[in-house]
Amino acid sequence: MQEYKRRMVTIVTEAALERELVAELDALGARGFTITDARGKGSRGLRQSDWAQAGNIRVEVICDPELAERIADRVRERYYDHYAMIVFLQDVGVLREDKF
Amino acid sequence: MPAIDPVILFFILGALAGLARAELRLPAAIYEFVSTLLLLAIGLKGGVELARAGEGLPAVELAALLALGFGLPLPAFLAGRYLGRLSRADAASLAAHYGSVSVGTFAVLLSYLGTQGITYEARAPVWVVVLEVPAILAGILLARGIGGGIAWSPLLRELLLGRSIVLLLGGLAIGWISGPEGTASIQPLFFGLFKGILALFLLEMGLIAATQLAALRRNAVFLVLFGVLMPVASALVGTLLGRSIGLSPGGVLVLATLAASASYIAAPTAMRTAVPEANPALPLTASLAITFPFNIIVGIPLYQRLVEALVP
Repeated sequence: MQEYKRRMVTIVTEAALERELVAELDALGARGFTITDARGKGSRGLRQSDWAQAGNIRVEVICDPELAERIADRVRERYYDHYAMIVFLQDVGVLREDKF
Repeated sequence: MPAIDPVILFFILGALAGLARAELRLPAAIYEFVSTLLLLAIGLKGGVELARAGEGLPAVELAALLALGFGLPLPAFLAGRYLGRLSRADAASLAAHYGSVSVGTFAVLLSYLGTQGITYEARAPVWVVVLEVPAILAGILLARGIGGGIAWSPLLRELLLGRSIVLLLGGLAIGWISGPEGTASIQPLFFGLFKGILALFLLEMGLIAATQLAALRRNAVFLVLFGVLMPVASALVGTLLGRSIGLSPGGVLVLATLAASASYIAAPTAMRTAVPEANPALPLTASLAITFPFNIIVGIPLYQRLVEALVP
């Protein structure tokens, strides 16, 4: 089975940012992403998902390393100061090279 | 002394369960569903009554509502800034929350008015719609100043197409078009079950309020005092304004309660993106954990006394 190397950017942040973040990802050229509701605890306290206003989302984007870098830089520069947000990158193997 | 409304007891149950950290949680989808039903029911009821009464919204009333919506944030901002020593952004965000309105409080008020047999203007749900947005705009202006680099058009779009406005106006339109007879077939769900739905909604609100109370640490004394005194002061303003534009006593009570209520849905979302440096927990805690319970348990009967004393 042939595997192709890509990067996955994961952003965990406030649900309030979803719309803005989606527009940002589109503008940067991401071809797709997956968003799930999330809950957890971090430096900004307990974040619950049972009430939309206080919930978190987890956004995952699989793309080439160069775009992954740009996405990470962009969200860090724009949201890190004032929002509850963590971003991390990891290597993934995908099966369909042309899709990501 | 009238017996306490069972829907309020549901709120207290939720709050106690939340404080005791009981294993109780309504799924998020249920909360969405229940609040959607409430918004539609309030809109429909208003629409049906409007169709029956055939009244519109007088221009002087619209002007008074807008003045109230844009005006209330200013004293709230000053109180936050100088009494609470909050940052400009935090005070402005607090002001936006307290100038805007809470549909949950409005729903409890309707239940209260129904129980007490108090009549009010059929167009009252329209007041909720008119009062929701101006204070949020005022709050953003207080934080940013005029020309503070806000992208107004996406913000306005988001505010005016917010869930509560769309559902309230949609319900109003459907109720108005269909009238009392046309809506007969859907009345069992929206009108017959209104109080049961409200009870479920308040159970969840109690849980949320209790969770939010745990976040009350910094500025606790100021937030508790503000969360109780600001609504009373706003209710007084609402009462005087309602009286001056000649509303019925029931209508004055509605306006007073709307003025007293604080937003916990539209304002937090809008302020989070428009004024990101403001701490979102501060106004949300005050609004949800202090002002909402205060208004539904103590406030509404208190405002009724106020109206009785001031409106002939």
